[in-house]
Amino acid sequence: MKPGTVSTALKSGAIWGFIILELIFFSVAGEFLSLSDKAFMDWDNMLLLLKQSAPIGIIAMGMTIVMVNGNIDLSVGATFAIAAIVLLDSMTWPIFAGLGDWVIPVAWLLALVVGTLLGALNGLIVWKTGVDAFIVTLGAMLGYRGIVFMFNGEQPTSHLNWTLVDFAEAEFLGLATASWFLLAATFVIWFVMAKTVHGRNAYAIGDNREAAVNAGIRVGPHMMINFAIIGFLAALSAVVFYSESGSVNPNDGQLYELWVITAVVLGGTKITGGAGNVIGTFGGVIAIQLLRKGLGHIGADTSTVNLVIGLILVAVLVLDRQLNMKGKEELKV
Amino acid sequence: MTDAKPVLRLENIVKTFPGVRALDGVSFSVMPGEVHALMGENGAGKSTLMKVLGGIHQPDGGTIFMGDDAVVMSGPLEAKAKGIVFIHQELSLAEELSVAENIYLGELPTKSLGRVDWTRLADQTNAILQKLNVGFDANTRVGDLSIANQQMVEIARALTVDAKAVIFDEPTASLTDSEKVVLFDVIADLQATNVGIIYISHRMEEIFKITDRITVLRDGQYQGTVETADSTEESVTQMMIGRTLDLSRNASHHALGEVALEVRGLSCSKHYQDVSFEVRRGEVVGFYGLVGAGRTEIAETLFGLRDPSAGQILLDGEEVRINSPADAIARGISLVPEDRKGQGLVLGMNCRDNMTLPQIDTLKAGPFVAQGAEMEIFDKYHKQLDIRTPGWKQQVGNLSGGNQQKIVIGKWLSMHPKVLIVDEPTRGIDVGSKSEIHKLLRALAAQGYAVMVISSEMPEVLHVSDRIVAMYSGRVMRTFTSEDVTEDNLIQAISGMTSEQVA
Repeated sequence: MKPGTVSTALKSGAIWGFIILELIFFSVAGEFLSLSDKAFMDWDNMLLLLKQSAPIGIIAMGMTIVMVNGNIDLSVGATFAIAAIVLLDSMTWPIFAGLGDWVIPVAWLLALVVGTLLGALNGLIVWKTGVDAFIVTLGAMLGYRGIVFMFNGEQPTSHLNWTLVDFAEAEFLGLATASWFLLAATFVIWFVMAKTVHGRNAYAIGDNREAAVNAGIRVGPHMMINFAIIGFLAALSAVVFYSESGSVNPNDGQLYELWVITAVVLGGTKITGGAGNVIGTFGGVIAIQLLRKGLGHIGADTSTVNLVIGLILVAVLVLDRQLNMKGKEELKV
Repeated sequence: MTDAKPVLRLENIVKTFPGVRALDGVSFSVMPGEVHALMGENGAGKSTLMKVLGGIHQPDGGTIFMGDDAVVMSGPLEAKAKGIVFIHQELSLAEELSVAENIYLGELPTKSLGRVDWTRLADQTNAILQKLNVGFDANTRVGDLSIANQQMVEIARALTVDAKAVIFDEPTASLTDSEKVVLFDVIADLQATNVGIIYISHRMEEIFKITDRITVLRDGQYQGTVETADSTEESVTQMMIGRTLDLSRNASHHALGEVALEVRGLSCSKHYQDVSFEVRRGEVVGFYGLVGAGRTEIAETLFGLRDPSAGQILLDGEEVRINSPADAIARGISLVPEDRKGQGLVLGMNCRDNMTLPQIDTLKAGPFVAQGAEMEIFDKYHKQLDIRTPGWKQQVGNLSGGNQQKIVIGKWLSMHPKVLIVDEPTRGIDVGSKSEIHKLLRALAAQGYAVMVISSEMPEVLHVSDRIVAMYSGRVMRTFTSEDVTEDNLIQAISGMTSEQVA
């Protein structure tokens, strides 16, 4: 066996081991602590969990490709809110009044286009100015959120279209609409990253940008495409979620970027780029959602949940470092 | 070869940067199947010439011919398309990706929907790897390969295009001797396919071993091209620096002092075992051996970067435990590391601040850094070491290798160490500055410092050392004095061929 094989296996499988651990823990602890008499590992409960993972999960797929590419996007939460407003508000616009229920695809399209453009704008700035993506999207996070508040002040934007609600609440083959979108986003991004030239170039750029440039890869356009993808997915996440809820608060989507990044990192994507995949990210998303739900199940409040997830994130990264160092005999720092 | 047309010919290339004439009418040509050495001190214009050839710089005058045609290299991609391939000194690979992906980086074969054609990719790659006769396949992760094999990946990349000329820039800088042999075989194979090869290196032995002709540059000017067979190291060196270089043996003529550092039976798990030696004040002890013989690890142990698994370290006769670099510095041990830029200097900081870095804590006036005291230190060693810099404000990243090394040495001298350990003192430093560094090391010993010099270059070790510790595979094979050492017995000792073990 080559050195590092064990640690590689541990690393790639770690997130799934962690999920199983969570399931066992919450099932056992739930027996003693839960107020409800329903078992935690109930099938319906697990299906609900998948559906509730969708908003964060869909965006996390985009974050995976952006982070593998060596960038980061902090503006996804704000993009999410803008896309939600575009979706709900555009359905009330007088020019679409004659469309009947055909307003729905139009509103969806509008929201998705807006999300994609906002993402592409981030990418364009990163490309053309060479400013670090962290800074550019930090600015975008504040700026896009500002636009949200300019639109309707502190007031929520609401519009319920019952055909849309029916679609969003529908189930197909036992899975909710949102779950299907999550699975579809996972599959498509997996395909792009693992199978296409664009995806492989994204890895190369994140791994060794200079090598990529020397090989004649045009780094900028690839980065911009990935930012457009994450913008699109942030909007898709909003469109799926608000089709059902029908009302968006100007604060909605705040801290989403942090949850998303947490899930991606838990799933094994290197924060410096070059390594990671969406299957791991999918595991990270499920692990976080399980933790939130499970802690709720045994009666913990939100602040406890945040504390626990924070601790686990740091613990995972410490563990990862230990595993990576095995067999290398690093120098003392 | 005499009748053949050159694959590549440069004529009167001129390149001017603001204030500098970097290339002043340089001409040379590479014949098919020839290995042509390009030599010159750092700053002689080799890199600029290669950048012109690679399309990164446009020449202000002169012409590049390929075959009979005058060509213009508008950029790196165009140079590549014309069959000019560079094997860079600093490898440019994506470690997380596979060998195949790295070789075809930027031009992965595709199927419909922009999908990568993995089968074709693996087949093409394995075909090339077979030609190179290497022990890894297309799907190996590049990060899992040794440096030498990573270099093979770069060479494999060169073979994917229809290469007319391949340029090797210091390819052996990080290779072991056995890896060099493999590289030279590959170069010979390339030669046999009538590719023209430009070989840039500072290492004379290699140049004389594998090249057919040598072209020398000095200060951007063409000094001439000679047949390797008709030249000697001395004659080429003279062309490079315009004077002869003193490489004679150099034992101390001053009296040696007390033993400053003694090491008894020191071991460090896998790296070295049962190592014993002593260094006296006023003495230069050279450590010679192959890469991986454990020399650098000994230095790292003495500097507190590694914990020994057994043995004793005695400073001035007193046993000490060195737990960290801070500990080592406090006890008077200083290390000038192998990787100057990575480990020795803060490249973005100026000369003065780099020099005072280890003692900035003690140079305080109240809560502030005492600028006056800092200037004093800088001025002292600026003069003493003859550091050529426009001023203290100069960023060290902009200095030449030799002057950077002097800054690192100055930094440690300002701490008044007992023992100065210098790992590869002249790596990547041009010939002229090399001899200055050598003189400096000798002078430091004369001033009473105990100096340990680790080097992979035999002439250097022979030149500067009073005694030489020969190491092989983690063990001290023999300790030579400057009287009993010869090139032959030194080589035998470091290749493990000697039975004499001196404890």
